[in-house]
Amino acid sequence: MGITISNISKSYGEITALSDISFDVKPGELFGLIGPDGAGKTTLFRILTTLLIADHGQATVAGYDVLNDYKSIRNSVGYMPGRFSLYQDLTVEENLNFFATIFGTTIEENYDLVKDIYVQIEPFKNRRAGKLSGGMKQKLALSCALIHKPKVLFLDEPTTGVDPVSRKEFWEMLKRLQKKGITILVSTPYMDEAALCDRIALIQDGNILEIDTPNAIVSHFPKPLYNISAHNMYNLIESLTNYEHTYSIFPFGEFVHYTDKRHPIDKASLKTYLEFQGLTDIKIEKTQPTIEDTFMELAK
Amino acid sequence: MKIILYIIKKEFKQIFRNKGMLPIIFILPVLQLVILSNAATYEIKNIQFGYVDADNSSISRGLIEQFESSTYFNVSEKFPSEKEASQAMQEGTIDAYLNIPTHFERDLQKDKTKDIGVFIDAIDGSAAGVINVYITQIIQNYNKNIVADLIQVSDAVQKPKNIDSIPLFWYNQTLNYKTFMVPGILVLLVTMITLFLSGMNIVREKEIGTLEQINVTPIKKHHFIIGKLFPFWVLGLGLLTIGLILAKVIFNVPMIGNLGLLYVYTAVYILVILGIGLFISNFTDTQQQAMFIAWFFVVIFILMSGLFTPIESMPKWAQILTEFNPVKYFVEIIRMVMLKGSSFNDVFPLAIKTLVYAIVMNGLAVWSYKKTL
Repeated sequence: MGITISNISKSYGEITALSDISFDVKPGELFGLIGPDGAGKTTLFRILTTLLIADHGQATVAGYDVLNDYKSIRNSVGYMPGRFSLYQDLTVEENLNFFATIFGTTIEENYDLVKDIYVQIEPFKNRRAGKLSGGMKQKLALSCALIHKPKVLFLDEPTTGVDPVSRKEFWEMLKRLQKKGITILVSTPYMDEAALCDRIALIQDGNILEIDTPNAIVSHFPKPLYNISAHNMYNLIESLTNYEHTYSIFPFGEFVHYTDKRHPIDKASLKTYLEFQGLTDIKIEKTQPTIEDTFMELAK
Repeated sequence: MKIILYIIKKEFKQIFRNKGMLPIIFILPVLQLVILSNAATYEIKNIQFGYVDADNSSISRGLIEQFESSTYFNVSEKFPSEKEASQAMQEGTIDAYLNIPTHFERDLQKDKTKDIGVFIDAIDGSAAGVINVYITQIIQNYNKNIVADLIQVSDAVQKPKNIDSIPLFWYNQTLNYKTFMVPGILVLLVTMITLFLSGMNIVREKEIGTLEQINVTPIKKHHFIIGKLFPFWVLGLGLLTIGLILAKVIFNVPMIGNLGLLYVYTAVYILVILGIGLFISNFTDTQQQAMFIAWFFVVIFILMSGLFTPIESMPKWAQILTEFNPVKYFVEIIRMVMLKGSSFNDVFPLAIKTLVYAIVMNGLAVWSYKKTL
């Protein structure tokens, strides 16, 4: 009853959006599709929601084939496109009513499912959707995608452009929906949100890099990782790039994430090298890799 | 049914909430009807008229007086020679001038005939044609009067019999151009507004992304299309009503035929236009594209509708093309019904063509509407 995807390919003319993608989402799972812009996330969503037809491969959603049973799929999935796509000139309540009606249901019938989310925007139910804040819009869009009690929920970058507090709230809502037995496929470019999923697929340029639980993916990081900081970030990066033993570096907040070609690493000589480059306040300490580190490593 | 009703309700809400759209739908057409009907006339008045009178006789002065007394001509000045008159036309201060040669009266009395020169600025060809007709009429009338004076009694027996034609203008006795322009312009307004609004409506949902969301729902496409287009069908009929009231109140256009028949026909006609609008929106991605394509068709439809230029005088291939012009049918029928009082049987052949057109156009539009991207 989840989602199965096997050997799905899709290209737009010369550009390959998805090449031979296969993975399964188990029923009731909160599955994350993590990748940068242009990785093919939206194309995959559109294929699964029957808006696009794949060039090759099969896929099923909630047990229905995306080609042959597309009508059943449209009855049993909720889709929240990346762009806010509700009627801006209708009120919150009218939007919700509209989607309930075209799914052949009413707000009352499935109220318990959307209740948690809807109560937060209910005070503004007579306000036009276009006048809502970003976070409110997302909540309304989620309510509209849920109003017909879907078995599978597709959320395409639901938190892009939403403030950190609303993002956190949004993910809490997803967790609650998951408990009600809804399978959720969510895409995001934010690596920190990936850790909140049951399993994630890292996707880049139409290829799946890795599929596993967030913890497992992190543990696949091949080398010990170090946080390095110094008084001059620019010089630090410059110096490390030119260092003969550098395996990988990339800036990570106030630190630089660094891995070394040698095993074990010779911290003292690295420090001497950096001091020789004119850097002060040098700190080198071991740190835990994140999903972002893994992604950067896999994407190399 | 419930879904269609809800979509219709939603469309009406959106139309009436769109503060920029409402005036476009109702006020602009009214303005256009009032302005165009008063301005779009073939009558040419205030013709700047000059003359060169080298004869300066009583007959030549009499001819000029005829022009002075006409309401169509503003006789501006007498030029000493043709050179100055020609110069004035070059500068654009006069539209036409008359050149009366020397010995005009003497030759006329002696030979019973004499040529005079008429010069007309033909930058606007159709206006020049009309001016020519006016001038010829005045000269001919004057000619008739002076013939009586010139012909001596002995010649009277030989006087050829004239054939006088007295025109009777049926269905528009006074040749009031408003009587035939107002219904025509009303057709244009109903067509333009319904085509633009319906053409842009579904594209708008594409543009703002709501269509993507709608397409994932189990909604049937004919439900969606009917729900989307029905409001514009109602708007079209509403516009017709407003237009007819204005035509009666402001222009006092006769309405001899059965208005019910006109409404039934319009109801079918708007379906054609909505079908075209939907068809356009299926092949465009933005409102801008839809607008351009709609404009393209509207201009062709209007200019080839027989409203401004008679279809009979178009080349054969163009006449065949007008068979595909719905505006042509409506212009013809609205004039037939309103001015002539044509009955159902008279308009039936045209109405049946319109109906077939509506079925074909909507069939094509529904067929080409895809719920996938």
